[in-house]
Amino acid sequence: MKPRLRPRFAWRLAVRELRHGFRRVGVYMASITLGVGALVSIHSFRDDVARSVQEEADVLMGANARLADDAPLSAEVMSVLDSLSASGAGVARVTTATSMVFAPASNMVRLLQVRALDEGYPFYGEISTAPAGRWGRHLQPGQVLVDPAVLTQLAVEVGDTLVVGLTRLEIAGTVDDLPTDLAYQTAIGPRVHVSQATLAESELLVIGSLARYEAFLRIPDIEERRTLRERYDSIFDAADVDYTLAEEQAQSLSNGVRFLGRFLGLVGLGALLLGGVGVASAIHVYIREKRASIAVLRCLGAHQGTAFAAYLLQAGLLGLLGALGGVVLGLVVQAAMPTLLADVLPVDVTTRISLTSAAAGLGIGVWVALIFALIPLLGVRDVPPLAALRQDVEPHRRRWDPLRLGVYTLAAGSVVLLCVIEAPEPEVGFGFAGALAVASLLVAGTAWLLTQAARRWFPSGAPYPVRQGVSNLFRPQNQTMSVTLALGFGAFVIGTIVEVGGSIRDELTLSFGVGQPNVLLFDVQPDQVDGVLALMPDSARPSADVTPLVTSRIAAINGQTPDELRENPDREERPEGWAVRREYRNTYRPFIGPAESLVRGRWWDGTPGSEDDTAIDSGDLPGVSLEEDVAVSLRVGLGDTITWEVSGIEVPSVVMSLRRVDWERMEPNFFAVLEPGSLDGAPQTIVMVARVPDAAERAALQRDLVGRFPNVSALDFSRVQEAIDTVLSRVRQAVAFLGVFSGIAGVIVLLGALATSRMQRLREGALLKTLGARRRQVLTVLLSEYVALGTVATASGLLLAIGGAAIVVPTVFEMEYAPRLGALALIWGVVVALTVVVGLLGSRDLLNRAPLPVLREAPE
Amino acid sequence: MIVAEGLEKSYTSGGRPLPVLRRIDLEVPPEAFLSIVGPSGSGKTTLLGLLAGLDEPSAGRVLLDGQDIFALTEDGRAEFRAQKVGFVFQTFHLLPTLTALENVLVPLELRGEYDGARARAEALLARVGLGERTDHYPAQLSGGEQQRVALARAFVNRPKILFADEPTGNLDRETGASIVAMLEELNRDAKTTLVLVTHDPSLAERAHRVISLSGGRIASDRPGSATAAMVGASR
Repeated sequence: MKPRLRPRFAWRLAVRELRHGFRRVGVYMASITLGVGALVSIHSFRDDVARSVQEEADVLMGANARLADDAPLSAEVMSVLDSLSASGAGVARVTTATSMVFAPASNMVRLLQVRALDEGYPFYGEISTAPAGRWGRHLQPGQVLVDPAVLTQLAVEVGDTLVVGLTRLEIAGTVDDLPTDLAYQTAIGPRVHVSQATLAESELLVIGSLARYEAFLRIPDIEERRTLRERYDSIFDAADVDYTLAEEQAQSLSNGVRFLGRFLGLVGLGALLLGGVGVASAIHVYIREKRASIAVLRCLGAHQGTAFAAYLLQAGLLGLLGALGGVVLGLVVQAAMPTLLADVLPVDVTTRISLTSAAAGLGIGVWVALIFALIPLLGVRDVPPLAALRQDVEPHRRRWDPLRLGVYTLAAGSVVLLCVIEAPEPEVGFGFAGALAVASLLVAGTAWLLTQAARRWFPSGAPYPVRQGVSNLFRPQNQTMSVTLALGFGAFVIGTIVEVGGSIRDELTLSFGVGQPNVLLFDVQPDQVDGVLALMPDSARPSADVTPLVTSRIAAINGQTPDELRENPDREERPEGWAVRREYRNTYRPFIGPAESLVRGRWWDGTPGSEDDTAIDSGDLPGVSLEEDVAVSLRVGLGDTITWEVSGIEVPSVVMSLRRVDWERMEPNFFAVLEPGSLDGAPQTIVMVARVPDAAERAALQRDLVGRFPNVSALDFSRVQEAIDTVLSRVRQAVAFLGVFSGIAGVIVLLGALATSRMQRLREGALLKTLGARRRQVLTVLLSEYVALGTVATASGLLLAIGGAAIVVPTVFEMEYAPRLGALALIWGVVVALTVVVGLLGSRDLLNRAPLPVLREAPE
Repeated sequence: MIVAEGLEKSYTSGGRPLPVLRRIDLEVPPEAFLSIVGPSGSGKTTLLGLLAGLDEPSAGRVLLDGQDIFALTEDGRAEFRAQKVGFVFQTFHLLPTLTALENVLVPLELRGEYDGARARAEALLARVGLGERTDHYPAQLSGGEQQRVALARAFVNRPKILFADEPTGNLDRETGASIVAMLEELNRDAKTTLVLVTHDPSLAERAHRVISLSGGRIASDRPGSATAAMVGASR
């Protein structure tokens, strides 16, 4: 008799069973919904942002093209601009400098960005100001427009006066929305907007001042602005000016958005895969419940494959429903994103339903649901028809099951494939899949060890209800592993954020903390040093570190120019491009700095290097001490000659020593330190570092500087620390998203596990009550079980987080690591409380129902 | 119709074989009604399982309608059951997620018969007195009603052989009696060979032939008293 597969029957049975199965397994589909929702919203919104950026390219730049340099635009470039302007193109210069700004009304000082704009900029986009219609006021003498953050930072209002350099300006309004702004720019340094004339009047810019010089062009014709580059390439190149088209800027921005979006996509995928674990656990329990039905079907003549197909179809249909729900959820979230993220988005984002994203989310969701369901579904094949006659029949175990092996391979392959597709780069995808696998294995392994330990060493003297609760972790068909995996994974992610993020924060606090310099003054002119020192409080003056800065470039090494050096065909001998071409800020001093140690050669005073004390005779030339890594990049060693170009004058020097530098220290550090006296006459600015512990004294120093030396900028490190904290907290929020997501998935898995073992629990509860247990004792059993479950899950996640941080913090961030037990205990408490609340809510009827009906209802 | 030759079954317990059935030889002619009785653990259910091809014997063979069922694969035996065998269980074993009608339809659909299946299933349900409750789910039916649905399901594919495992075991006396009456009636009309396992002596005695198992062997093989009485009466 030839067996026949009955697909039509399988389909009918699947649809009929679903009417009831949905209630049981539906809760798990929520995890697929959640994961697909995340994927679809992330994909769609990523496309929305990237597309909007492209569409708004001109608005984002405020122009069609931009020229930019760190030095004032050269005469040649200016003449190009003049001829462009004469031929009808729009030209607007923008100069951005950093300066101390003083507010007399509040007596406060802040380091702000001063932007000087020509009329016309930006050429595109709507600018909104408060009061409305004030854009343009900054072009008038004595007027300034400011970013809203300036008002809060300096505690001033519109109409108050700001002192910028030598000018006093009235705040004409705030710039609430400048389309060219990217959120992070204003977050780090709020700006004041003035005219070019005001900037000149302020005398902020002196030789060596840090500033950025840009010219924005309005050339609507695409071809014209492209040919511009070819025509003036040699001039732009000679002047070291960047020429960027609006569409190029938009492209790189949208590439960035896509790249970031893909990382977030991985987060969504992680959540979805965690949902897959939930599905596997649900189907496992579901199939166990369906054992009798499957046996009956087999008795009535159903082919193994027919029964298997019927349940596979059910899993597929449920996956489809879950994924459809996810698509809807994703689209809702996508629509809400522009409003939620308005503050951090570079452009006004228009949402568009992306069929590709929706279809991809749907496909991936169904696939993940099916793949994870397949593993437990294989058990359907092993249900013997005899089980319809006898409850106690054991399915015969297959020793070698190629199908099972195939399914596991398919599942692993799918996970890797999905990660690779989702990741910005294949390596990242493989890495993410690997990390996911290792983390899951470790969480599961730790959970297993912990449960085994609890089983073996749990005190036998503990009260019965507690022992019973703990032993429930090992009850047959328990879902302990999947619940701990999901909850533990959440705890792991959140724990890692706390441990790694916290360590970085602590290290920063230490760097800016006690005994460390906390004020940095830059752009000090040599003749202002004494005056600035005089403004410092007496306690700070002795420790103030005065370092000259001489801007230089390499003119030659051992007589060869950078171009000649770069032509060397031997890679080993050819210096690295960045090292020979960069602009160096060198210094000269008689002593070895506190963050430095001499490795090779000898210092000016004869101090020997720790690894090699060769003394070099430099003859008449001044000596130079190089940082050891830059020496490697330049392919130079002791005795080589480096010729520096300082403001057009060549200064030769001989390498006399190599230093090792701890760049993380706050002191100013240098690639090249020259012998004192060698650069005395060169144009230079001074950087000063001091420790002014008292906040009021720091504020007074900054105020006095604005009054006396407007060109000098002061950086208060406590503000820097605040800024870094802000950035770090954004990063933490993004990662916490994954943690919270897996936490939610964990709760869903927990809910499902409770729902599926409900009958068993009811029976146990009824039995305990029949045997004389009071409500309170039954409650204690439940409480012990959930506390034990939450503890095992959290402990395995947190142990892994501690282990991970103990490796990552010292190796990647090169910081010391100590576990933050308080925060970890808090996570433990929250997860356990969550488990107990969800668990008890799911077990209400166990406490409240009378035993007899329960025992009757559940014959098994 | 049913032939068992040298049928043996033993399980391994603690590394030693534990015989449950020892050399059963049996022949049941077409349209016969055989009941199997015996104390708990005597091997009744094991024998039924082997006769129906639900389990594999340690030795011996079973011919159903001329087919050596253990020469077939497991799926081949399932297909055979779909074509020729019906079942009634002690705990009814209706699929809880299907309505009464859908439960009755299962054997037909498993054979790929969809034309006229519904009418046939409805007719059978009407015949067991559940014509008005075709859309009810098992949980909405009493035990007796569930077993009547199971009877309709068992007969819907016109099986040549029907196996019944303690069909009245979970029912009260009165309901059990009505189920038995219905079983007999359907059996007579469909000309099915009926094999019944039961604890209930009065039910067993209604069979043409009663086999009593003890310790895995056939302890006695005699005509049922009802048949004997009938035969006696006809003499």
